[in-house]
Amino acid sequence: MLSWLPENVSSYGSDMDSLLRLILYIVGVWFVLAEVVLIGFLVVYRKKPGKRAAWVPGSNLKQLSWVLLPCVVILGLDLAIEAAGAPVWHTIKQTLPDPDLTVRVSGKQFAWDFTHPGEDGQLDTDDDIKSEFDLYVPVDSVVQFELVSEDVIHSFWLPHLRLKQDVVPGRSIKGWFEVTKEGIYPIACAELCGIGHTKMGARLHVQSLEEHRIWVQSQEPLDEFWEE
Amino acid sequence: MEPSFLRKYVFSVDHKTIAKQYMITGLLMAVLGGYLAYVFRVQLAWPGESVPGFGPVGENVYNALVTMHGTIMIFWVAMPILLAAFGNFLIPLMIGTDDMAFPRLNMVSYWTFLVSSLLLVASFMVPGGAAAMGWTFYPPLSARAEFTGVIWGGHLWILAVALEFASMLMGGINFLTTVVNRRAPGLTMFRLPLMIWMLISASVLFMFSVGPLIAGAFMLLLDRTVGTGFFMPEAGGDPLLFQHLFWFFGHPEVYVILLPGLGVVTEVLPVSSRKTIFGYRAMVYSTIVAGLLSFVVWAHHQFISGINPNLALPFSITTILISVPFAVFLFCCIATLWRGSIRFTTAMLFSIAVIAEFLLGGVTGIVNGSAAADIYMHDTYFVVAHFHYTLFPAVILAMFGGIYHWFPKMFGRMMNEGLGLAHFGLTIVFFNLTFLPQFALGFHGHHRRIANPESFDWLADMQGLNVLSTIGSIGLLLAQILFVINFFHSMFAGKKAGRNPWQATTLEWVTPSPPGHGNFEETPVVYRGPYVYSPPDSEKDWRPQHLPAGLEGTETVP
Repeated sequence: MLSWLPENVSSYGSDMDSLLRLILYIVGVWFVLAEVVLIGFLVVYRKKPGKRAAWVPGSNLKQLSWVLLPCVVILGLDLAIEAAGAPVWHTIKQTLPDPDLTVRVSGKQFAWDFTHPGEDGQLDTDDDIKSEFDLYVPVDSVVQFELVSEDVIHSFWLPHLRLKQDVVPGRSIKGWFEVTKEGIYPIACAELCGIGHTKMGARLHVQSLEEHRIWVQSQEPLDEFWEE
Repeated sequence: MEPSFLRKYVFSVDHKTIAKQYMITGLLMAVLGGYLAYVFRVQLAWPGESVPGFGPVGENVYNALVTMHGTIMIFWVAMPILLAAFGNFLIPLMIGTDDMAFPRLNMVSYWTFLVSSLLLVASFMVPGGAAAMGWTFYPPLSARAEFTGVIWGGHLWILAVALEFASMLMGGINFLTTVVNRRAPGLTMFRLPLMIWMLISASVLFMFSVGPLIAGAFMLLLDRTVGTGFFMPEAGGDPLLFQHLFWFFGHPEVYVILLPGLGVVTEVLPVSSRKTIFGYRAMVYSTIVAGLLSFVVWAHHQFISGINPNLALPFSITTILISVPFAVFLFCCIATLWRGSIRFTTAMLFSIAVIAEFLLGGVTGIVNGSAAADIYMHDTYFVVAHFHYTLFPAVILAMFGGIYHWFPKMFGRMMNEGLGLAHFGLTIVFFNLTFLPQFALGFHGHHRRIANPESFDWLADMQGLNVLSTIGSIGLLLAQILFVINFFHSMFAGKKAGRNPWQATTLEWVTPSPPGHGNFEETPVVYRGPYVYSPPDSEKDWRPQHLPAGLEGTETVP
């Protein structure tokens, strides 16, 4: 199953993949065990002439322990899965490391708008760089994003980064990522948002630090860009 | 006096007739829901091609197709068949009484349901088309017509769902009152068949959870029609409020339709393995525990919805804990087979398949239930595959198991076992062919509800799996023709069934097949629990609930 995952390019993606692997191994073993027992019983205890069923009501603890003991083990494994997942969740959703770059991502029917800071490194200044469909970030840098929506709920979905976050109108939701490999990666909308939902995509351009610096410098300031 | 035709078959107050009305209506809606799935599966496999029997699928049409497929299968197939049809048919028969506590309310319940069905079907024909906001109906998308272009389709959807809930509430009140008040003498709560426990647990869950959703739906209707802003941020509302109201209902609702299906399994397993159920009380208690837990897990649908991330861990833990009561339940089912004498009737095959397939749905739920893993899996095909592996077994496979099992009681004739076997085999093969590839698609990051996977380059190399899934779904639908033939042919020309063709112990098999109005010739008295098969102190391998001790050997009622 794990080989179907798209290539991981984020700093926390390998933790996510390890977590998925752990859960798959645990539930896979239990699934196979249960199926083997089930099918085994069906074969062994099929109707045979002269053989009648036993009387096993499972009404006392001694008999029930055959069922309850495995369930205690399941309970333990459940908690183990939670223990393994909690740090991953904490890293992705509950922490906000100091950013090297802050961008604003705005979802609307049916496109993503990105606002990058200009050379001053600050958002909401005159040299902000706006772009539809293309988000530019430097590699190996902590990028903080601020998600807003102009209309309905969208979901900011970057499969190669193992990152997904709904974008809710009326709220500004912050998060972060750090990409470890240069390249261009898809961004999609994972929440049904209307007629054009299927086409609501964008690209994440991950550049070397130098490339990114040149890209920022080469952009026209926002005012000139938008005021024809 | 013989009732008139109209009174007997149309405006009937007989619980058995009402059950059949629910079942036929539900099966017809299932045909519609299946047809919608066929259309959008073809679109997903060969995007942009004209779908045979439908035409080209536009993007908003696609959204309407998936919205209505989900809505129909949950509210107009699972609930009327599993809860209303089986509940109506079995509750009076299994507890040894002549009818429901409120027969007229029962009739009103069905007719309300029929009106709701007609309203929903009508929504396909209004300008703007049917609802296209997803079956979860999240605002703001659903709160303003301009976001989807669907006006009347959305109003009708809310109205139809509200009426359907009213209908199911009337049914649920009836079920509870009937089980509490009208049990045969000697039939204590812990002598009830597990199916009855499941049905009343489902009714209780529904009654306690539906209130918030009705409030939410009403607020949404006001947002849509008179321009209030309960869920609109610019008017001071909050879109997430609706999600909380919806899923507070939505998760218990999953068990409302799951439990009756598991109830079918617990009835068929003992009969067909000639063995008493393993851990009757453990199963009852684990059902109650799972039901209670289902009220405190709702936010697992919202891990990444923008709720406070600190809420994720508590909800993740309650969610994953649900695996424990369900593991108890399923292991008890499997343990029931241990040292049994198993007969592979069609009903039994379907019931075993419920367990075998549901296991996969259950374990994959752990992946979604882990908040961290859900960041990746949420809204992908992994989730789609997961819930189809829980609901298809618990609703469709269990429904077939139940119909093959109780058909002789409903219509007085046996279904054809050969056709049943073929139907079973094809259904299982094609079901797995449809949904196994979707797990892989989910791992690849294929997100839900997109009309055209070719919009994204990274999905291109997995398109073969979409084609495979579509072929599976077409096969799955075609396989159901065997069931339709078997159902109607057997109804008129099947082998006559006696009162008790499976030599089962519960009370419904005491009555003639089919039972007349009033069901029992004389009120049965219950002496023991429901599943006394192969008791150690008897030569016979079954002892009915209603036979006094010392009368062994007179089990087979003529």
